[in-house]
Amino acid sequence: MSHEATPHLQHHFETPEQQFDAGKLGIWLFLATEILLFGGLFCAYAIYRANHPEIFLYAHQFLDKVLGGTNTVILLCSSLTMAWAVRASQLGQRKLLITLLSLTLLGGFGFMGIKYVEYKAKWEHGLLPGTHFAPHEEAANDSPPGEGVKPPAHGKRPSNVQIFFGIYFLMTGLHGIHVLAGMGAITWILVRSARGEFGPDYFTPVDFVGLYWHLVDLIWIFLFPLLYLVS
Amino acid sequence: MSHEAHPQVGHVVPLSTLFAVLGTLLVMTFVTVAVSWFDFGRFNLWIALGIAVFKASLVLLFFMHLKYDKPMNAIVIIISMALVMLFIAITLTDTAQYEPERIPGYAPSIKTNPK
Repeated sequence: MSHEATPHLQHHFETPEQQFDAGKLGIWLFLATEILLFGGLFCAYAIYRANHPEIFLYAHQFLDKVLGGTNTVILLCSSLTMAWAVRASQLGQRKLLITLLSLTLLGGFGFMGIKYVEYKAKWEHGLLPGTHFAPHEEAANDSPPGEGVKPPAHGKRPSNVQIFFGIYFLMTGLHGIHVLAGMGAITWILVRSARGEFGPDYFTPVDFVGLYWHLVDLIWIFLFPLLYLVS
Repeated sequence: MSHEAHPQVGHVVPLSTLFAVLGTLLVMTFVTVAVSWFDFGRFNLWIALGIAVFKASLVLLFFMHLKYDKPMNAIVIIISMALVMLFIAITLTDTAQYEPERIPGYAPSIKTNPK
């Protein structure tokens, strides 16, 4: 009876509200596992920083605050366009929804593009984790501008600097994989939006992909000051 | 027209709220970068973390709708964050307990206080 009016209601739910809340709780449980996943890496960061602050003080100079800050701004803006996209889908504004999802996706590309520039500079300067750590001293102290390395690195190099780059690459790498996954999910939502599948009666996937995208932003909010702004 | 398009579930966040949140987030990003140029000693870390927690709360409350949701979702996420903090705190207290000089020659590369 009620299914005539609510075609998106699955048979095992009583009301659209119950279905929406159940799905949303599921997504939040998933986000909680993501926080626990990153929690292990944040713990590794805390232990190494507590025991060897000199490594972090020295090595963070190789990260570019401007590039990191730009990426923060890009992610925050793409979070706004995502939240706005959820609103547009709720109000049935299809063209606006497509525009906003495209802008969000563009933000993802911008973020990964800057990440590529940063990783490439680290690679070229031998600033790699573990046994691959082989810094080119002259390159690190005299790198051309715009390469993503902030020269010169002041002070004598402490031992075991590669630990910082191990933590840096693991944390930003896992985060980058999440950005890529989020971009995939947004593409999927974008295609479905273009088909006109979302409106006031059914916007759940847009909402849930949005929550995932905001979580990726949330983790970066902590990664940026912890890795780039050590002082 | 707008009353017809209103969804039957969920909460529509006003545009003014979304933009106010973005504005605050951008200002706090600028502040956290600006503060990092100054040396407040060990407080730099706590200032940076405080700003990050504030920014994260804004994203959770408004962008992620927690302010308008049933409390169950907030409980789930707060518990997961509390468990991460507990995990880090216990591991930190554990690593601070090493006393390599107690047993000469044992774990010589581990230093309790590098500074």
